[in-house]
Amino acid sequence: MTIALDRPAASRPRRGSATMKFIGRLFREKPLGAAGAVIFLVFLFCGLFADVLAPYGYNQISPINRLKPPSWQFLFGTDNLGRDVFSRCLYGAQLSVIIGFCAAGLATIVSVVIGVVSGYIGGRFDMIVQRMVDAWMSFPDLIVLIVVVSVVGPGLLPIILVLGLLLGIGGSRIIRGATISVRENMYVTATQSMGASTFRILFRHILPNVMAPVIILFTTRVGFVILAESGLSFLGLGVPPPAPTWGGMLSGSGRTYMLQGPWLALAPGLCLTFVVYATNVFGDALRDLLDPRMRGTR
Amino acid sequence: MSHAEPVTTGAPLLRVSDLKVHFPIHDGVLIRRRSGSVKAVDGVSFEVRKGETLGLVGESGCGKSTTGMAILRMTPLTGGRIEFEGQDISGLGARKMRPLRQRLQMVYQDPYGSLNPRMKVGDIVGEPLVIHGVTGTQDAYRARIQELLRLVGLRPDMAERYPHEFSGGQRQRISIARAVALNPSLVLCDEPVSALDVSIQAQVVNLFQELQERLGLSYLFIAHDLAVVRHVSHRIAVMYLGRIVEIAPRDMLYREPLHPYTRGLLAAVPLPDPLAERTRVHEEITGEPPSVVNPPSGCHFHPRCPMAMPICAQRAPELTAIGNARSVACHLHGAAPALDGQAAA
Repeated sequence: MTIALDRPAASRPRRGSATMKFIGRLFREKPLGAAGAVIFLVFLFCGLFADVLAPYGYNQISPINRLKPPSWQFLFGTDNLGRDVFSRCLYGAQLSVIIGFCAAGLATIVSVVIGVVSGYIGGRFDMIVQRMVDAWMSFPDLIVLIVVVSVVGPGLLPIILVLGLLLGIGGSRIIRGATISVRENMYVTATQSMGASTFRILFRHILPNVMAPVIILFTTRVGFVILAESGLSFLGLGVPPPAPTWGGMLSGSGRTYMLQGPWLALAPGLCLTFVVYATNVFGDALRDLLDPRMRGTR
Repeated sequence: MSHAEPVTTGAPLLRVSDLKVHFPIHDGVLIRRRSGSVKAVDGVSFEVRKGETLGLVGESGCGKSTTGMAILRMTPLTGGRIEFEGQDISGLGARKMRPLRQRLQMVYQDPYGSLNPRMKVGDIVGEPLVIHGVTGTQDAYRARIQELLRLVGLRPDMAERYPHEFSGGQRQRISIARAVALNPSLVLCDEPVSALDVSIQAQVVNLFQELQERLGLSYLFIAHDLAVVRHVSHRIAVMYLGRIVEIAPRDMLYREPLHPYTRGLLAAVPLPDPLAERTRVHEEITGEPPSVVNPPSGCHFHPRCPMAMPICAQRAPELTAIGNARSVACHLHGAAPALDGQAAA
C-alpha cells in the first residue's frame, strides 16, 4: 500500500481541482471504468444532438428502401417501413437514456430514503414501513403500471414515475439491510454518544458507508428500466410510436423481421448492451474510487 | 487547554447510585410478552473523583460495558441515579443531555469499528468540535486538529489520511484524540487496550496517563486485564454478574483482597517469577460464570465461592464500608472489621 507522505495537510485542494483530481484518478486507476464513462457520454451526446447528427428523420419513410442491409447510405440498414435504423437509434438514445437514467435515479433515491430511514430508526417504525413495502411488492408491477398509464395516459413522465417508484420501493430492502449492518458499527454509537444529530449521522456516517450497494442498485436498474420500457411499449403502454425507443425497436419490428433483417434487432440491442455495460463498469469504478480502503488497487 | 492537575481525591465528578439496567427478554411469535429480563447491571454504586482513574474489572458479560453505556445514557436505565458534575443526568432527555456530552467522552474497545472508514482522520478527530459548534475559524479548526494529533503522538499531516492506513495502536490514538477534543472532564474507557498487542498496550496506557496529567482528566477504566488496571487505576471496583463486589484503592486491593472473587481473580494472574509461581497456593475459581438471565440466589458468587456459608444462598450481601477507603459485598466481612488473618492468606 502506498502512503501519501507528500500531501501536506495545509495545502488542501479546492473543490474544483478535487473534481479534476477525481477524474484523473478515474483514468489512471480505473481505465475500464473511464472507458465506460466515455461510452456513456458518447451516447448521451448522440441522444442530445440527434437532430443534428441523424442523417434522416426518425419517422422518415422511404418505401423503396425497405429492409435494406447496412450500407454507407444506411449505416445500420433500414426497417420494414424503410426508416433509417441508425437515425432511429440516435433518437432512441435520447428517449432510452432519459428513461433509463431518470427512472433508475428516481428508484435509487426512493430506495435510499426509505431504506436508510427505516433501517436506521428501526423498531416499530421500521416494522410498519416494511409491512407497507411488503404490501406494495406483493402487487404485480404490471397491474400498477396498467392502472396508472390508463388513468394518466402513456408518455415519458408517467413511465419514469411509475417505474421509479416500483423499483425504488422494492430496492429499499437492499439499502435497509445495508443500513442495519452499518448502524451496528461502533463509530455510529460513538457519534451518537457525542450528541450528533440524526441528520448528521445519516449523511456523514450511514450514507457514505452504504454507497456500494446504492451504486450497484443504480447501475443494474438502468439496464432493467430501458428493457422494462420496451416491455411496456410492446403492450402499448410505453412511449407511443412512432417515437423510437430501443426497447420498442427491439420488441416491435426487430422481433417481427428477425429473419429477414437481423440488423433491425441487432442495432438497438447493441446500443442497449453498450449503455448497460458502460454504466456497470463505471458504477464499479465509482464504487471503488469512493472507498478509501480501495485506494491504489485495481 | 486546562493545565496539569495533581491527582486529587476531592468531590466526586461522577456518582452512580444503585444503577440498574435490565434488558427484557421477549417470548412468543405473534403476541410478544415479556418472559424475563437480563439483569446486566443490577444495583451498582460507585464514584469517580476529579483527576482519578477508577478501574472497573470483571469477567466478560458481567456488565462492565453496559455500565459505561448507561453512564453515557446510550442505553435506557431501569433504575438508579447518575450524577455528573453535580447534576442528575439519569432523567435527562436527549436535548438536555447534549451540552453535557462535551464533558463526557468515551474511548471504545475496537479500534477498527470505532472509526468511520470513509472519513479522514482529521475529520474524525474534529467531528466533536463540529457537532458542538466550537470549530471557530477554518484555520483555528485545522490548528486544533493538528494540536490534538500531536498530543496523542501522531504526526499532524496524518489528518489527511484514512483510518485503514493506521495500525490498531495508532487508531486507538485517533480515538483518544477524538475523545479529548472537547476538553472533557471524564473519559470512559471501555477496554481501550484489550484489542491491541501487548507491546502496544503499554504505549497506549502510558498515553492515557500522560493525558490525565496534562489535561486533568478522570477516567472510568473498564478492563479485564488486571495488570493493565493495576497500572492505570487509583481505585478499583470489581464486578461480578451485574453487581460490584469490592471497591478499594489499588494497592490495598492487590495487597489484601477481601472478597473471595477478587482473591480468585488475583490468584489467576501468574507471577513473573516461575519459582514463586510454582510454590504459590492457588485459590482457583471453579465452575462457569452462571447465567445472567437466571442468576443464583443471594450472593451471585456463592455457587463458586470456596468460603460459601448457608446465608450466602439466602441473602445478597450489601456493599459495606470496611475502614474508610474500601467497601466489600460479602457476608464474611459484614459489620465486623476485616478478618485480617484470613484475608492475607
